[in-house]
Amino acid sequence: MSDQLQSDFDKLVKTSKFSSEEIKFKKNFLNNFIKNGFPNRKQEDWKFLDISQIIKKNISDLSFFNDYSQSNKIDPSVLVDGLEHNKIIFINGKIEKIDFNFEDQNKIEIIDETKKDISFNYENSLIDLNSAFIDKIFKILIKKNSSLKKPLIIYHLTNDKIKSTNINLRLDFELGENSCLKLIDYFANTTAKNFINIFYNFNLEKDSILKNYKIDKLRNNDLKYFFNNIEQDNNSVSETFILSAGSDYFKNEINCNLNGEYSSAFINGIFSLKENQQHEIRTTINHLVENTKSYQLIKSVLGKNSKSAYQGRIFVNSKAQKTDGYQLSKAILLDETSEFNAKPELEIYADDVKCSHGSASGSLDENSIFYLMSRGLNYQQSKELLINGFLTDVVEKITDVEIKNLITNIIRLKQ
Amino acid sequence: MDTREKDIEKLKDYKYGFTTDIENIKSPKGLNEDVIKFISNIKKEPQWMLDFRLKAFERLKLLKEPNWQKPKYPKIDYQDLYYYSAPKSMKDKPKSLDELDPKLLETYKKLGIPLQEQARLNGIAVDAVFDSVSVATTFKGELTKHGIIFCSMSEAIQKHPDLVKKYLGTVIPVTDHFFATLNSAVFTDGSFVYIPEGVKCPMELSTYFRINASETGQFERTLIIADKGSYVSYLEGCTAPMRDENQLHAANVELIALDDAEIKYSTVQNWYPGDENGKGGIYNFVTKRGLCKGKNSKISWTQVETGSAITWKYPSCILKGDNSIGEFYSIAITNNHQKADTGTKMIHLGKNTKSKIISKGISAGFSDMTYRGLVDINSKAKNSSNYTQCDSLLMGNKCGAHTVPYIKNKNFDSNIAHEATTSKISDEQLHYCQQRGLNPEEAVGLIVNGFCKEVLQQLPMEFAVEAQKLVGISLEGSVG
Repeated sequence: MSDQLQSDFDKLVKTSKFSSEEIKFKKNFLNNFIKNGFPNRKQEDWKFLDISQIIKKNISDLSFFNDYSQSNKIDPSVLVDGLEHNKIIFINGKIEKIDFNFEDQNKIEIIDETKKDISFNYENSLIDLNSAFIDKIFKILIKKNSSLKKPLIIYHLTNDKIKSTNINLRLDFELGENSCLKLIDYFANTTAKNFINIFYNFNLEKDSILKNYKIDKLRNNDLKYFFNNIEQDNNSVSETFILSAGSDYFKNEINCNLNGEYSSAFINGIFSLKENQQHEIRTTINHLVENTKSYQLIKSVLGKNSKSAYQGRIFVNSKAQKTDGYQLSKAILLDETSEFNAKPELEIYADDVKCSHGSASGSLDENSIFYLMSRGLNYQQSKELLINGFLTDVVEKITDVEIKNLITNIIRLKQ
Repeated sequence: MDTREKDIEKLKDYKYGFTTDIENIKSPKGLNEDVIKFISNIKKEPQWMLDFRLKAFERLKLLKEPNWQKPKYPKIDYQDLYYYSAPKSMKDKPKSLDELDPKLLETYKKLGIPLQEQARLNGIAVDAVFDSVSVATTFKGELTKHGIIFCSMSEAIQKHPDLVKKYLGTVIPVTDHFFATLNSAVFTDGSFVYIPEGVKCPMELSTYFRINASETGQFERTLIIADKGSYVSYLEGCTAPMRDENQLHAANVELIALDDAEIKYSTVQNWYPGDENGKGGIYNFVTKRGLCKGKNSKISWTQVETGSAITWKYPSCILKGDNSIGEFYSIAITNNHQKADTGTKMIHLGKNTKSKIISKGISAGFSDMTYRGLVDINSKAKNSSNYTQCDSLLMGNKCGAHTVPYIKNKNFDSNIAHEATTSKISDEQLHYCQQRGLNPEEAVGLIVNGFCKEVLQQLPMEFAVEAQKLVGISLEGSVG
């Protein structure tokens, strides 16, 4: 693989206009990645779903070179209907459109950060891969005391021009004091066998609010890795919702550092998986100062041959007294071949804390099905109703009403 | 000072910290084939046993010491240890207790374990292991009447080779992890129990482990086989003298329960934990594994872990037989600079298997405690269920409590439920107790005992009393 990485990298350098310094940086990242390769099950964080095996099995001819010189047409039919929004559209990893028409242009700033030092200290070779092959990095800055009127939807689209390609993407976000951003990541790729590697870096200043919703609903054969790093200052709030249902493989990883007092993080997730899908959510919440709060709720519905994994870690520093941390993961296994793995982890060094986790998995409750059938529903309907109720619980946690309705429609949950 | 206070004062220090001045026979220092042959030779073992050891040693050369555990420790120099140490008087094994070295008898008396049968304690049969050898086993006559075999491992190898050959290494194979394989290569003694078909063992069986010699590792091996429809309750207790150096204790315990059999295994572990600055103490790296081989079998582990500088063990159940049950009850207490990484593994293979895990961890001082557990329900283990509860209690902000459960459910008919909480003793509870006249230390003792009650209840009566006291002593000085 290393020969191919090297040759694909040379190709990238030839077709792009990187400065010699940038190339030096990138080479460094490339060498790191060549040294470590794709993460595998020997690493604790990848124990349940081994991405190096999955890539080997699914994409034998993975190419790391992505031609950014081609422009792509936007197919308007994939855009989200019924919700006014700002857009950033990525097609095949290239930004095709940035549209903040609903907003006062003074409130936001988009900065090209490609030339800056982009190194990010995290033990993960996929970040190295991302940094080595990334084309452009933008930073979206929401200025002090301003909130966007409409949510921002980032479209992650692919078309049939690429196949078996590694797409890397990175965005940095900075939320100024007392600002608010509602961000939806919308995946509408229906192409086959690409490996999409996304890295978002958020910086939340005092009193700011981030609401991030990731929607991966349409069935596709891509493999995805999505890493969020969130730094939170005093009194900031982050809310993340993940709908993990479309891709063949999807791992969402969230690393959240609660650096300021009274900051809080909420993570809610749904796995709804069928045939041969393997999805994972891994979260790390670091409570570093006093009076911080985190809440996580993850629910899975697993069909035939599907597998989901949840690894949640709550870390409480010895300074972080009065921490409130909670995790709950629940799974319904619908078929003999479905599998659920969980590793809810607590690491606590302070005594005045309230931390707990719970995890439960099993099949649908036969008594409830019996109850519903005795009231005239057939088996299939009863099952659907129960699953609906099970998942509605998570959707109800979404604090933005408009987006909640949108997501409800997307999942087609009946109210 | 009233007598009760005096008692507490007396108990404050590790009361088992004395050494017995006794002449020892030791193997040459270091780990090599010759030492293994020496051990095998001195124990007059048959060839197959030596082959078993050498096979393990071959394997050991390929293995690396694991390092994923939470408590880190300085590298152990395996060549700088004695792998065999026995009181000289044991060279030709005494035939009865009367011939036993009086110094040994004295030691066990000091430990509160009477070896003379007339001083028996409510009919508990004891196998006493001193450093590398078993020095005495009591109540043999009574047990033989029921066909029960309760003797030291070395004796079993001589007298019941068929049983040992058949079962030894079936639950913990020689190719297991580093410490288990090390034990397979150099194990010295331990207990062997065989309960014949349909027999309910009339008394508690118990082993008492004592490390005395310095620079010695203790590697004992226990094998318990409960044949069809039998029942046995087995207790294990451990102490060691106070020393500045760290000593290694790497035991293997194998339990096998056949159809309808039940084994209850209780441990009160009180190895020397080191002084308050974390100097010295025992490294307790033990592999304990039970196999519910037959239908409707049951294995229950209960442990009270208060000692050792580092405790690193996961008593596990492999639920192979249909309808088999595995249970794990644990109290782990760490104080000062002690560290513990303990928990269990429940591996469900058979249908309708059930498991229950109750774990209570208490950390105080500068200590660190980790619960690490695995619940794995195989795709063939239909209609199985697991319930796990692990609670941690923290005292002070210099200590840590961690929970790392691994949950794998591959069967849609099965249920797994897991709960964990971490908290401290609430001010309201303390206030309430103090209001009713208890001093803060007593109040904490009471609350902690309540916290642990679910587990303490599982212990046989005599041990429960001791364990309850131990809980109080271990937390001595941690309040305030």
